[in-house]
Amino acid sequence: MKLVRSGLSWVYVLLIFGFILMPVVSLVVFSFQATNLPVPPFTGPSLRWYEALFADSRMIEALRNSIVVGVVSGFFSTALGFLAAYGLARYRPRGARAIRAIVMTPLGVSYLVIGFGLSVTANELALGRSLVLVTLGHIIINLPLAFAIVLSQMRDEDENLEKAARDLGAGEWTVITRVAIPVLLPGIMAAFLLSFTLSWDEFIIAFFLADFDVTLPIEIWSQLRTGLDAKTNAAGTLVFAISLVALTLAYVLNRAVSQRSRRL
Amino acid sequence: MEHQRRWQGWVLVGPALLVTLALFAAPMVMVVLTSLYRRSGGLTDRTLSFDNYIRLATDSTIHQALWNSIEVVALTVIFSTLIAYPFAYIVAYKVPQKWQALVLLLTVVPFWTSYVVRSYSWLLVLAKNGVINQTLVSWGIIAEPFTMANTRFATVLAFVHFFVMVSTLTIYASLRQIPRNLGLAARDLGASPLSVFLRITLPLSIPGVVVGAFLTFVLAIGDYITPQIVGGGNELVLPQLLMLQVSRMGDFPLAAAMALVLLIIVAAVYAVSAKNLTLERKR
Repeated sequence: MKLVRSGLSWVYVLLIFGFILMPVVSLVVFSFQATNLPVPPFTGPSLRWYEALFADSRMIEALRNSIVVGVVSGFFSTALGFLAAYGLARYRPRGARAIRAIVMTPLGVSYLVIGFGLSVTANELALGRSLVLVTLGHIIINLPLAFAIVLSQMRDEDENLEKAARDLGAGEWTVITRVAIPVLLPGIMAAFLLSFTLSWDEFIIAFFLADFDVTLPIEIWSQLRTGLDAKTNAAGTLVFAISLVALTLAYVLNRAVSQRSRRL
Repeated sequence: MEHQRRWQGWVLVGPALLVTLALFAAPMVMVVLTSLYRRSGGLTDRTLSFDNYIRLATDSTIHQALWNSIEVVALTVIFSTLIAYPFAYIVAYKVPQKWQALVLLLTVVPFWTSYVVRSYSWLLVLAKNGVINQTLVSWGIIAEPFTMANTRFATVLAFVHFFVMVSTLTIYASLRQIPRNLGLAARDLGASPLSVFLRITLPLSIPGVVVGAFLTFVLAIGDYITPQIVGGGNELVLPQLLMLQVSRMGDFPLAAAMALVLLIIVAAVYAVSAKNLTLERKR
């Protein structure tokens, strides 16, 4: 009986893995297709669609735009989120609860509605659509997350380090840059990398706010109109690979940082 | 000193607050205002009126889209939870501890492809000449490929795929917080494994189910990409209809009213489930 049950468990786990991984596996496998259509039978392996991809200057441009928008918006979300979390946890200003609620609110609103709101507002102010607007949109969706992550890492014990630094004559700026940031670095890095990943992947806000210069998800979207295409598989696989590299990097960094802080 | 510290706190919090006001609160006010404008003769008429809300209340296309949205999202929440729960349970209790992290990591692999690409990859699988149809035909199980892409089934399947990952994580987190001693004590006192599950494990894991269901609901109801790419244009959901107003009709006022409908639905669901929305153990 027990054996049957654990057998069933294994079957279930494998079925779920099949379900979860099937689209990704199809994507990656058929990116190496030798013929035009990314459907069975598999005719590869061939790198011709990757060559086509790297020869596509719009795709490369979009890739670069995505990286820039991700890094810039990630930086601002994290910096603003860190300052707010630090101010809230250490100085406990009047109305702290309200401040927290306000900063967190955008999290409860669909990206679709946020993107639409920004686009209506930009129209009203006669601002043209641009990557700058996309960056602003990504800052506002990631700020609450960065704020929440850093806030969750703020521990009351660490305040003693800051107090000690102040007693030794450090100014507030020095306390932030030399004590608070190093102590909170794992949380700050996590917030930045999460913001970057979400911006890198974000579609609808960029769709509303980007003009001729687009981010990668938009460029892939516009190539989708031609239907199934092995080149889109190659682009998708590349995006996947870059995300995996970023995540592995985040993991390694985080480990290194936490090991160092344990030694301190 | 105390006074000065509070003042400094505001300086640190201020930038984030200002950015939230400028990039979030102000645009939301603009959406409300726009929803009160009117579209007439290809131009936006800025006299305030409730015309768009009257259209929302009377237009059957909009009602159908709203109903499609709710149906698709409800099916998604139900199926993701039913599929994710046993999976999370097996991972939390049957898989050896040292393998659990690896299993969860594999479970979320598709998270790291982009959202657009993930929807596209379902198209690869479901298309008339896609992986499933070709495989079934070549194995002789079916004679003719059948239509799966561009249907509501496809939308729900692609949504369930994504949200099984989300719910597995939240339910797993809940299950792991249940002290094992509770179950052991109940067993000692003569409870059957089934009643341990029904009376201890299940009730204590409800927070994970609720958080997963809430995230699923909020993210799916406002999603345009999956219905558009996988589901196609046959049965529109509300976000698709909204985008149609923006891109084809240029009717921003009506789109604004629809955006507010989406906002209100999410707010209402949040209000109903707010007190259960935590993964931390209640003490």
